[in-house]
Amino acid sequence: MSSTMLLIIVGMAVVTYIPRMVPLVFFNSDHIPASLQNILKNVPFAILGALIFPGILTIHEDMTFGLIGAAVAFITAYLGANLIVVVMTSVGALSVYAYFFL
Amino acid sequence: MQAITSVTRSESGFATGLRAGTSIAIGYMPVALTFGLLARTTGLTVFEAILMSMLVFAGAAQYITLSLLAIGTGALEIIFTIFIVNIRHLLMSASINERVTEDSVWKKALYAFGITDETFTVAATKSGNVTTGYMFGLCLISYTSWVVFTGAGYMVGASLPGVIQQGMSVALYAMFVGLLVPSSKKSRKVIILAGLAALLNSFFSYLSISTGWSIVLATLLSSVLVEIVMGRKENV
Repeated sequence: MSSTMLLIIVGMAVVTYIPRMVPLVFFNSDHIPASLQNILKNVPFAILGALIFPGILTIHEDMTFGLIGAAVAFITAYLGANLIVVVMTSVGALSVYAYFFL
Repeated sequence: MQAITSVTRSESGFATGLRAGTSIAIGYMPVALTFGLLARTTGLTVFEAILMSMLVFAGAAQYITLSLLAIGTGALEIIFTIFIVNIRHLLMSASINERVTEDSVWKKALYAFGITDETFTVAATKSGNVTTGYMFGLCLISYTSWVVFTGAGYMVGASLPGVIQQGMSVALYAMFVGLLVPSSKKSRKVIILAGLAALLNSFFSYLSISTGWSIVLATLLSSVLVEIVMGRKENV
């Protein structure tokens, strides 16, 4: 392994780990104002929206591919299916779609 | 006796975490296989590829690194770019810190390594306590999948049939949808948070802001605006 490559990997590891670790280790919930706590509680749902859209439209050149995946996931999840079932149903549906139409 | 009880309790949290992480492990498979394959074509050795997945454990960052290496970018520029790309982990770590049960600093420092978009969203949308054991189980199964399939991708290539590979590219997105829907059935605020962030993220992407920053800005703005407008009325 080249030493440059090792330097890059270790450097990446350090700068990736620090933002993951600092709040968990150094922030104390008791000292954070209530409004900021509420904002932090909003984060998971907001980030889910941002992670899904518009990214899901770009997983395939054919935009309907992502839309079908999203629709299948939405319906199975809405019907109350377990998370793994949601994932596998969407993967299955798109594999079938890819087999017949792409 | 007390010690035994506490061990049993933490083991069950660990098992729950493992089970909750199965979807992530499945979703990481095609992403890690492809990373391994691309790492080989970019000219990394198998050890470099696996070491990167073991020490960094961040999909987007690792993909970006490959493309930067391919155009001959220097070490410091790569490291700086990766820092920028992963700044959103700060937000996730601060947010999950509001949910986890208090534990020793070294345990929190250890599972902090496992925070990704996926482990964070699964843990943060879970009902009830997020225990240390749960975080270890969740992160361990996700991490194992990421590292193992990086190696597999490098050595055997993406050997799944083409149509299944295409189908699997939706796995992580389907998981995000599957995490969001149950919460949005219970709360209008969740729908507004996610919808607003999706809209803002589309707008920022349209302005050609990099994906990492776009997601951070959209998430922050949406979380703050919703808190200002409807903070006192409803709780998530």
